[in-house]
Amino acid sequence: MIESIIAWVMALLAFIAAVYAVEAKDLLSSAISVGIASLVVSILFLMLHAPDVAITEASIGAGLTMAIFVYSIGRTERWEK
Amino acid sequence: MRRMAGIVLAALLFACIMYAFTFVKTYDYNSSDYYYTDPIEGGKVNETVTGHYIENTKNETGAINAVTAIVVEYRGFDTLGEVTVLFTASTGVSMLLYSLHQRRKRREANLILKEGSKIVLPFILLTGAYIFIHGHLTPGGGFPGGSVIASGFLLMMVAYPKYFLKESRVSITESVAGMIFVLIGMLGLVFASYFLENFLSLGDVGRLFSAGIIPIIYIAIGFKVGAELSGIMNNLKGVEE
Repeated sequence: MIESIIAWVMALLAFIAAVYAVEAKDLLSSAISVGIASLVVSILFLMLHAPDVAITEASIGAGLTMAIFVYSIGRTERWEK
Repeated sequence: MRRMAGIVLAALLFACIMYAFTFVKTYDYNSSDYYYTDPIEGGKVNETVTGHYIENTKNETGAINAVTAIVVEYRGFDTLGEVTVLFTASTGVSMLLYSLHQRRKRREANLILKEGSKIVLPFILLTGAYIFIHGHLTPGGGFPGGSVIASGFLLMMVAYPKYFLKESRVSITESVAGMIFVLIGMLGLVFASYFLENFLSLGDVGRLFSAGIIPIIYIAIGFKVGAELSGIMNNLKGVEE
């Protein structure tokens, strides 16, 4: 019961973060919300008994990919036209 | 209008996926045959590829983690290709960004981030090393462990504006690790007649020093992936002059 509630909350959070990442005009907050979505998805992977995928998703999706986005935004422009 | 339609479509897709999730059986600790059921037919499967892997990985490779056994042992040549792809990607990033000598003013991070990252860094590196050394026993392996190590170095790069990795050390680590991988494969060719064949004894299944060449190859992959990803981060941050 509690597991399914947590799963629903996590899935809703991932959905909201994904929609926000597409819609936001500020690319920095968009990149951060991509990181949030992938962190939440890694928790879902952990709940679906795939801990190795969860480790990879948390470190690459939430850590390194977001850092690459942030560095790229630093070299280009922050606001979407 | 178009934007609203897109959001509604995404919400519908989300609802469909969550409806499908309600049909997924959660793991039942009491029945041991959960993983043997066929997801399409619903019956028990034993004579399929999945069933073979689950039944025999422990005896054939000596690794408890079946994912590691498949990645390193059964499909070891694929993993060599994957590592090569990652190497090519990091080389491309270096080629593109190495010439950009931008010296931009960076703000100093605050005290808590600076001191906290100093305290946390050894534990992150230790966790990464644990993940790839115990790749044949616990979930994880070379690729997750290497990326955890790279995220530790990323933390240091975020906290300290003047923190850079030495490019030569990164490339030496990467090259030596890749050479060890190929060399072990060649030794398999010499001693056991196949490339990447396990030529060491399997040992006690479940011990740290067991499963023959699997831990050695995964340690090499961990170092290689960690060096490549940290090198990409280093190049993105800017090249040391």
